[in-house]
This record gives sequence, structure tokens and C-alpha cells, in this order.
Amino acid sequence: MALSETSIDPQLYLVEQTRWRPAEIVFWLATLLPYLLFPNYLSLASQIAIAALFALSLDLILGYAGIVSLGHAAFFGIGAYTAGLLSKYGWGEPLSGLVVAAFAAGVVGYATSFVICRFRHLALIMLTLGFGLLLAELANSLGWLTGGMDGLQGIHTWKLLGTFPFDLYGRAAYAYALAVLFVLFLFTRRLIHSPFGLSLRGIRENFVRMPAIGAPSRAHIRTIYTIAACIAGVAGALLAQTTETVSLDSLGFERSAEVVVILVLGGAGRLYGGLVGATIYLIARDQFSGIVPQYWYFWIGILLVAVVIFLPNGILGGLAQFTARWSRK
Amino acid sequence: MSAPALATRGLAKSFGSLVVARDIEIELPKGVRYALIGPNGAGKTTLINLMTGMLQPGAGRIFLDDSDITALPPEQRVRRGLVRTYQINSLFPHLTALESITLAVCERTRAARIWWRQLNAYPHEIDEAHDILVALKLGSACHRLTREMAYGQQRLLEIALALATRPKVLLLDEPAAGVPREESQELFAAIAGLSSDITVLFIEHDMELVFRFASRIIVMVGGRVLMQGAPHEIANDPQVRAVYLGNTPAKILHGPRHG
Repeated sequence: MALSETSIDPQLYLVEQTRWRPAEIVFWLATLLPYLLFPNYLSLASQIAIAALFALSLDLILGYAGIVSLGHAAFFGIGAYTAGLLSKYGWGEPLSGLVVAAFAAGVVGYATSFVICRFRHLALIMLTLGFGLLLAELANSLGWLTGGMDGLQGIHTWKLLGTFPFDLYGRAAYAYALAVLFVLFLFTRRLIHSPFGLSLRGIRENFVRMPAIGAPSRAHIRTIYTIAACIAGVAGALLAQTTETVSLDSLGFERSAEVVVILVLGGAGRLYGGLVGATIYLIARDQFSGIVPQYWYFWIGILLVAVVIFLPNGILGGLAQFTARWSRK
Repeated sequence: MSAPALATRGLAKSFGSLVVARDIEIELPKGVRYALIGPNGAGKTTLINLMTGMLQPGAGRIFLDDSDITALPPEQRVRRGLVRTYQINSLFPHLTALESITLAVCERTRAARIWWRQLNAYPHEIDEAHDILVALKLGSACHRLTREMAYGQQRLLEIALALATRPKVLLLDEPAAGVPREESQELFAAIAGLSSDITVLFIEHDMELVFRFASRIIVMVGGRVLMQGAPHEIANDPQVRAVYLGNTPAKILHGPRHG
């Protein structure tokens, strides 16, 4: 038998896949830096954590199962409005708010998944887009409930764990958003390394072959679509709770498109793609809008074109390619 | 006599005015090694598609172990033991060989529904996948990405994927397509070495391989079963020879394309 990679014990190999890499630990330690280095940017840091969580949920369906969605903001918005309404009508406890928001988004995700699982590719883009627009219009027309164009007012989030108030500087808000992101990241990481996660990669790699190995692909897609909807709902709820407002654009088309951009920028199907993408996208937007307030979309556009041309697999994809080439030398 | 492992009754299919299968009646007794031959476009792959549920028949019924599976979706036929491979590799390019086979094993044991436990909690599935790869001499390539494997190894992986589902009836669509001659001998030796519990029907153009490995041959032409019989019967049948445009059994032995 040949040595090197070929002689690795199969069990050990799969254990190796799930082991924490030093870069991962560095990454999570770095998420604490805003407290030390940029105390004035904590609200931006919270936005990044929320966008990262939202992108992570999209990664589960787009990056891992190959389900292209242009309406993922629907679940973000449902989560945001659920948490917002809950708080407005008397229950502002944040953690239980997240749970209820996840449940609400999950129920809608599960219901729509029966349609989603029957389609692929272009049809899926149209379907998710249409569904997203439908929901946005519904929220707009239900002005008495959602506040319509003016947004949902009167949200008050109670103290975190009954002790930490959400202060003006966003110290508690960032800690809260970051902790939720981390916990759901652990959950997602585990899911990706589960037998089910392997099936998702099978669906992405070769949807047609899956039935020929006895795989119930549609049931798998329904499961992951529901889970992704729940996580997107949590992200939406986090935004509602930390900003104490919900506007219609929380479930609009632009937010659906933005999260796809964030994920593609960072690298889809890579677990950290959405996290890195959210960090770079939101920091770039913040900086560009400070330098050139009118034309900042111009620079975002250049950034996107450059990434797609030079790093077709996203920033993390390019990085992985670079380290692979470097370690071979 | 026990029921055939797989049987079709009056199976028919047409696309518009084009008839691709008409009144197909075949029976595969348990444990046999049968070959399905015929010129290009005879409807051999279509027949596999009909039997495995990738296509819905216009008429007729399909029986697996005497139970009617005509209405079952493809994945449920697989679960009951009717499994196929593909003429053109249909694999998972960015999964390693071991991951691909582990995936198929997990789907069979239903571990694939579990999203709250990591793969390393399933050592039996992983071991079984590894054993399948070793049995097909793919053990040394098990950590390689599918797309980086040699073509001949990918053909073996096609069969490994099917074996991971524990088939009762295995339908092999040109398992050696595109493989050099020496390697296709090895490939067929591996197929011949499969457990005798598995019933095998294979499509193959190389008549030498067909005569060596099949105990019985089914000849299809124009969507119909022209005849079925033992290899020597087929080789000497004037009708079959007419289809293959040859006059001597020797010509048949050299395959249809040289006719």
C-alpha cells in the first residue's frame, strides 16, 4: 500500500475533518477586538454579526444544498416582525423573543419548503423572488399591524438575562448578537459534519444521482430549508431587538440580494464564507459611504466585480487555493 | 420455482410518435448474470430508466420479488433493492471516494436524516464504506476527490455507489464504457465476483465480454425484445445476425460496430 494520504485510517480522517483549526480559534478571538480597538464601532459590529448570521443561514441552503434563493429576506423579516410585535405588545424578553421568532420563521419555511423542494435552478430563483415580493407587499398592506412604510414603532427590549440593559454604545447589543451568532455557528458546524450534512453536499454535487442511491432528496431539502428559515428568523429578531425598530426593508428584495452578495463575496459552502463576507461588505460600505456619500454603491460594485473576476470562489475560496499552492511548494 | 427477482409485463413507452419500448417482457431469476445487447438506440438504457422509475412507462407493470413497484418513485425502488449504475459517470465530483460511499451507506441505514450528531458517531457506516472500496481495489484512493480519480477508478466508484445500497437486483449500464480493454476485463472480473445473492443485468457492446460473463442474453432492437437465450443460441441465430449485419458468429463476436 502506498503511504502518505492514502494510508490514513478512514475513521481518523473523518474525525480530522471536524477538528478545530488554529485559524478558526484566531477568527473567534478576533471577534472580541471591537471592544478593545473600536469601542465607537460597536453598533457596526452588531450589524456585522447579524448579517453574518443571516448569511450563514443562506449558506446552508445555497452553499451546501445548492438551493438558490432570492427571497431569503422573507424569513429574516418574519423573525424581525415577530420579535418586534411581541415586544410592542408587552413581552420584551430578548431570548424567548428569539425562540418565538425562530419558530414563526420556521413554520413559514416548512410550509413553503413543500413547493421549494420540487424545483431547481432558474425556477427556484423566480419562485423565491416571487414569494419574497408577496410577503413584502403583505407587510406593507397590513399597516395596522406592521406600521407599513413608517416601520414598527414602540419596541422595547428588556434587559438581557434580566441584568444587562441595552445601552447607547451597543456594548450589550454586540455581546448579545455575537453570542447568538457563535452558538448558532456551533450548531451549523455540527450539522455540516453530520450524515445529513454529507447528504446536502451530495444534493449540491449531483442532484440527479441522489434518488439512485436511495436518498429522499426532497425530504432533505424540506428539512434544511426549515432550519435555514429558523436561523434567518433569529437574525431578523436580533436586528429588531437591538435597534428597537423594524422597517419594511427587513424583508425587501434588496436585503435578499444583499445577503447573496455577502455570501458570494466571502465564499459559499465554506461555513466561514458568510462571516467573512459580512465583515468585509459592511466595513466597506461604512467606509465608502463616509468618503463618497453619493457614490458608495459605485465602489461596492467595483469590489464585487473584482472579487468575482479574481476570486471566483469568493475570498475564502481564493485564500484556500493560495494556501494549497503555497503548502505544495 | 421461486418468483423472479425482477420481471416486466407488457412494458411500453413512447415519446410522441417515437416508440422507445414496446411490450417488453423479461424475467431475471434470482442470482443470474444476464446481458442486454442491441444496436445503439435500441432502447436498452430506456429500459433501465423505466425499470428504475427514472421514466414513467406508458403501459405495463414492473415486479420486484413479485411485488408491483410500477408506481414507486426511484428512491423507494432503490430502498427495495433495485439499483442501477450510469453509462456516463454520475458521481459527486467534490466528495472523496470514501465520503461518496459513506453517503450512500448512510442513506441506506437512514443515518442521513440525523443532523444533530457528527459523522464520527457512525463508525459502522464508515467502516462498511471503506470495506466496499477495498473490495473494489479502491482502498488506496479512498481519500481522493472523485474528480481527481483516474477514469477507470471512477467507473469502479459507480459500481461501489450501487453496492453501498445493498442491491438485490443490479442494473449496470455499460459498466466498462470508455475503459481500455485490459481494464474492462478487470472490471468485469469484479462484477463476476459479486455475491451470488445479487441478480445482475448488464448492458455491454463488447461481445467477447458478453459471452464470457453472461449466462443468458437479451437482444433488443427498435424498442422491442428481439430474442432471449443462452449465448450460443444468440450467436447462431440468423435474426440476430441480420440485425448485426454480419453473417458468421465470428462477426458477432467482434461486436456490432464492425458489422
